[in-house]
Formats: sequence, C-alpha cells, structure tokens
Amino acid sequence: MPSPAPEKPGTLHAEQIILFRIGQQLFALSSSSVQEVRGADSLSGGASEITAPGINKVRQFVRRGPNTLFLVSGAGHFGLPTPQGILAFVLRNTRTALLVDGIERMTTMTRLQALPLSFCHEERQWYRGLTALDQTVVPVVRPEGFLSDEELMALDRALPPREPSCEETEEELEAEDRPTRT
Amino acid sequence: MEPKRQAKRMTASTELELKSFVLLRLGERRFAVAADHTAELVSPSRVFSFPHRTPGIEGVILRRGRIVPVCDVAEKLIGTRLTTRRFYLIALRRYGRRTEWVAIPVTGECELINAELTEASASDEPHVAAWLSHGGDVIEVLNLDALTPGLENLTVGYVAPSQPGSQTDCGHGAEARP
Repeated sequence: MPSPAPEKPGTLHAEQIILFRIGQQLFALSSSSVQEVRGADSLSGGASEITAPGINKVRQFVRRGPNTLFLVSGAGHFGLPTPQGILAFVLRNTRTALLVDGIERMTTMTRLQALPLSFCHEERQWYRGLTALDQTVVPVVRPEGFLSDEELMALDRALPPREPSCEETEEELEAEDRPTRT
Repeated sequence: MEPKRQAKRMTASTELELKSFVLLRLGERRFAVAADHTAELVSPSRVFSFPHRTPGIEGVILRRGRIVPVCDVAEKLIGTRLTTRRFYLIALRRYGRRTEWVAIPVTGECELINAELTEASASDEPHVAAWLSHGGDVIEVLNLDALTPGLENLTVGYVAPSQPGSQTDCGHGAEARP
C-alpha cells in the first residue's frame, strides 16, 4: 500500500505583499514589513561609504538620528548578476534598506508554503516560504534575513565614529566653559 | 513439522521478500525506488527557479497545488546531468518524522515490478538501500533520503532557532500572517 501523501503545508490567510524585481527575478515581501520606499539616489545622497570584510553586498550606510541603516544590494545578497538597484525598501524593525530594481505590483497572497526541506542552505534564512501566484512560484523574503547578527556586528565595527552634531558640540563647549569644582 | 504448516510458513517468507518497485531510467542505466515511496509519474512542467545555495536542486514545480522541489540525481548516479527528460517521478522523501514530495527527472518510461531484495552491504554507497535482480540486470534500489539534499544535512548551528520558520518543522511554522 502506498504511503500517504505528505501533509499539505501552508495556511489560508490573506496577506498584502509587494512583488518586486531584482534583475529578472521576482520576489515577494509583506507590505507590512516595508516602512518606506525611496529612490535609491535620494537615500544614497545622504549615505556614506562603508567597507566591511566579507560583506560585499553593503557598500553604504545612512545615519538617521540614533539609528544606522545599511543599504543592502539585493543582487549581491542573492548572488544575482545585476547592477545596483534603483529603489530602496526601508524594512521595518531592521537596519536594512534593500536595493531592488523595481516594483512589479502589489497583490494578496492567500497561501504561504514553507520552503521545502530539500532546501537546506542560506535560503532558509532568506525566505519565509514560497507562494504560488498566477501559476508562478514566488519566494517570499524574510525581512530580517538580509543581514545576520554576525554581519551587523561586523558592519558596526566598520562604521566610522559619529561626528558630533551642532547641538552636541555646543553642549560640550558649554560644559568646558563651566567652572569646575576642585 | 507438519507439511501443511511448513508450506504456510514458506509462502509467508516468499511474500515478505517480494516487494514492489518502480524502475526508472537515467541515461543508459536503470535504478529502482520502493513503490510505496513513489506518488506518481508526471510530464515535465515548468520549473520555477529562484536564488538558493543548495546543490542538486534545479528549482520547483507546481503539482496539485503543492510546490515540489526538483532534484536531479543523475549527476550523483551516472556522473552527468540530464540534458533531456521525459518525466518527473514524484517520490516521497523522509526528513526525520516528516515526509515531503521530491520530483526526480528521469529519461524514460518507468516500470512497476515485483522483485526480491538483496540487502545492501556496509561497503555500498549510502544511497544504495538494497539490490534487486530484474531482466538479467542487477539494479540499485535507491535510498532517496541519502541521495537528495535535506534539512538534516545542515551545517551545525547554521539555523538560528529564534527566527520563525527556521525550525525543522517549518512546514507548520510558515504561515501567512496578515
């Protein structure tokens, strides 16, 4: 008697997603995980260069108040032979601004299938799973999967020291002018 | 021992050794997979590929609403990748206590046979589950668990357990959360 078919994985909840392209490859990302969509130029206009050993996908960072965002090349992350992206997704609750080549459309997915267990390398960190849309299979990316904790630590180590802002400088000068008690 | 009881015992023994297998063809060679580990034979359909780092997986196909990985085992078994394929044999692959479908590209018709098994020896390759004899050929019975990649082959410490869906039971953990 044949073995029973494996359990059909996935669940049936509607989720709004953004379909985007890196080169010719289509990916999906939950729209709730995107905080901002910016032109890559407008974001990188205020960006500074960074070089961390072994992390070629990150070449720039942006300081926003106390936070630092790293511009991650989607092509570099996935190993795709494509130039830098022209759009940047600032991903919510992460320190990643993902560079992509374009938004295809927004749509709704109703089933997310776990990545088959045959896939057993970095892709398990990259993807939440796969979804079938219009007879096409699209990987659904994991927003936290673009920079690992180790990569973030390496990038933090490679950051130049913060330049004090005007307000900080004034406060420091005032503190120096104050008489010190001996 | 009574002759009747002895005959009954011999019949039971013979039945235990005869099992059903699906013979598949890769190039000029034939291999066998236990019939109860196969689901169906399907015509080649569109393979969807996306970036990944697992060797031996071409992509995935859509079959009956499921997303099934395509594992080309020809390179491991006959030393070359398949340039043409006639069917995908959809087989069951175990991952610990879970099973999932995998699609194995084959180059010819598959055949269902009954044959006697010879146990694999310690010197056989891990992908050889057993041997059988059919039509004058000695044929390897494949152990797909050893032949195709899987989560149990992960580098230790690679998957951070704190991340949702990264556990081995991620089939249940992957949910579309609105």
